Amino acid sequence: MNADNRYYWPHKDLLDVTQLSGMDTLHLLDLAASFQEINRRPLKKVPTLKGKTVVLFFVENSTRTKTSFDVAAKRLSADTYSLTKSGSSLNKGESLKDTALTLQAMGPDVIVMRHASSGAAAYLAKGLSCAVVNGGDGWHAHPTQALLDCFSLREAWEGRFAGRTLLILGDIAHSRVARSNVHLFSMLGTRVRLCAPRTLLPAGVENWPVEIFSDLSRAARNVDAVMCLRLQLERQQVRLLPDLAEYSRRYCLGSAHLAMAGTDVKVLHPGPLNRGLEIADDIADAPASLVLNQVAAGVSTRMAVLYLLATRRDGKPT
Amino acid sequence: MTLCITNARHLGAPVDLLVDGDRVRTMTPAGQHPAPDGCEVFDAVGLVLMPGFIDAHVHLREPGFEYKEDIASGLAAAAHGGFSAVLCMANTKPVNDTASVTSFMLERAAQSHPFGPRLHPVAAATVGLNGEGMAPLAELKEAGCVAVSNDGRPVENAELVRRVMEYAADLGLIFIDHCEDPRLAGGWLMNEGEVSGFLGVKGQPAVSEAAQAARDIMLAEYLGLPVHIAHVSAGLTLDVIAWGKARGVQVSAETCPHYLLLDDSALAGYNTAAKVSPPLRGATDREALCRAVKKGLIDILVTDHAPHAAHEKDGTLDEAPCGITGLDLALSLTWNLVRENMLAEADMHRLWCKRPAEIFRLPWNGFAPGDPADFFLFDPDEVWTPGPDTMHSKSRNTPFLGQNLHGRVKGHWIGGRRVV
Ligand SMILES: [Zn+2]
Repeated sequence: MNADNRYYWPHKDLLDVTQLSGMDTLHLLDLAASFQEINRRPLKKVPTLKGKTVVLFFVENSTRTKTSFDVAAKRLSADTYSLTKSGSSLNKGESLKDTALTLQAMGPDVIVMRHASSGAAAYLAKGLSCAVVNGGDGWHAHPTQALLDCFSLREAWEGRFAGRTLLILGDIAHSRVARSNVHLFSMLGTRVRLCAPRTLLPAGVENWPVEIFSDLSRAARNVDAVMCLRLQLERQQVRLLPDLAEYSRRYCLGSAHLAMAGTDVKVLHPGPLNRGLEIADDIADAPASLVLNQVAAGVSTRMAVLYLLATRRDGKPT
Repeated sequence: MTLCITNARHLGAPVDLLVDGDRVRTMTPAGQHPAPDGCEVFDAVGLVLMPGFIDAHVHLREPGFEYKEDIASGLAAAAHGGFSAVLCMANTKPVNDTASVTSFMLERAAQSHPFGPRLHPVAAATVGLNGEGMAPLAELKEAGCVAVSNDGRPVENAELVRRVMEYAADLGLIFIDHCEDPRLAGGWLMNEGEVSGFLGVKGQPAVSEAAQAARDIMLAEYLGLPVHIAHVSAGLTLDVIAWGKARGVQVSAETCPHYLLLDDSALAGYNTAAKVSPPLRGATDREALCRAVKKGLIDILVTDHAPHAAHEKDGTLDEAPCGITGLDLALSLTWNLVRENMLAEADMHRLWCKRPAEIFRLPWNGFAPGDPADFFLFDPDEVWTPGPDTMHSKSRNTPFLGQNLHGRVKGHWIGGRRVV
């Protein structure tokens, strides 16, 4: 799998890409590539995690991410159990701490959690002995999304991240996808640009390792990939934007923008897409679009994450 | 009854303090006069003598939230922290917006601590703190309230603030405002800045405090009345206060030790112990506050003692309530600033005793003959660790939990009677 057999995975949990070294990331992506092979076979199941238990604890709804983790776990023959907010006691006023202890008592090897509060995964991991995967916490982090984006672009970019330019477009302020991708790609040497109206940029962004644009035509010039973010329609209510029509006029990624980008520009989107709002309909389906590759990469990458966490022995090579 | 404290260190010099009943008789250089016959003597060699501190901003949680703190435990923490008097805010349940609540608080204090620390309730500015109708301030004053505030629930309505300032002035009560533009600040969990952007949580911009403080100061100038700005956290607010003072506005202001010692990086890792209202700001705000305290632009220090139960702070940042427990730690934290040469010992007297007494018209001890015999002695070198065995508040919600602090109260006298 990895040429360097002295490498071992050092992390109990996967909470944020900031915890990963370049070595961790490349090892994980190599492993994901080997699982991608399995996913192309007619029989897509291996017994690697037979007898292991993965709990999918999605307090905030996300069918796509949850299904991706579920498929990933099942392809490795792990048993999976789902717990939703309505199925847990959380909506009866139970604290996250008590829910966590209940989960722990079920003896899982890995808990994957999606939660609306930034920091929720870190809080859970602090109190539990089993591995915790952050499946997205508030506006903070979405490490497996960043890793699958990285996996998709590694294929397209033939393994070279340095010297490339990635543009992240849309609601940066409220995006855990953006935060995780900024960290991961800058660590790997990719130049990162952000483009958004100022109302959708986070505080302190001027100190991030990025270039900031408000004009999409300028931002798209000579980039090697554009990552569109999903516009959360409910943000309308807090008056961060005048209206959606104006937003799409200024920030909807269209073919004119791609014409200004690099010759082999790629387009990513974490989904689900608001076609015509943040991404033009034809772009979403164009050859430049990696949207479906991302879905496949999601399964492979999550298989790698589950494998590394479920088979980890302290201080020993995996 | 006469008491003689000998060999105490006061502003760097050894002194003897002679107490007659509930008053100071004299303070003289140590050894100048022998202790009078029959006088109780306390040898305070190695200890620092301080006037009794006044904390103008605490939350004692009774009635309504006794599991966090009650008046007995809060006053015990005050006594052991060197506080001879505390002003308690009105956000209890029920809110202190009627004379019966004020009387209840004073009765509880008299029962548990008949000889002090003294409790001075602060009246709610508006009924139920709802920011709509003015509370019966005359009735509350008669029952024993010493100031007026909507603390914890900033008043958005400038017209109402104007009327509260005016009506309170007739009664000799000062209006204390928790400054925060609620709309500009809405839904915040911490300071808006690089750390909130990194952690991905909703921040409160510092300008939401400064903008409201500017409104209050302009109203105070227009009306020719005083206003007191609570727990200042932002450098920008200091600029507004300086502007008001330069124009001769009767504006006074307070801040807390935690704003002088910590910045918003304390919330790294979603540390709920550092979640406080107003939020810890950036490093430049913290430095500006230290300078403002030293030069007197900030008039007084307060703890904003806000006790919470352990289970309430154990959770995610958005689940946890705002607040830091303060009465047990304030002396040590302030002494830390003296040890680091940010403040002088004399500044402590001014910030924790003289100025709060002046602003809120309370008796204080300047160690002049006839002053109230409110004072304490502390060991400046004793190291202690805040924790369940060393604190008297019911709550331990402090980011300093488990750290080594210097300075411990060894004796506390209020009105000439020893309470610690
Ligand atoms: Zn307040």
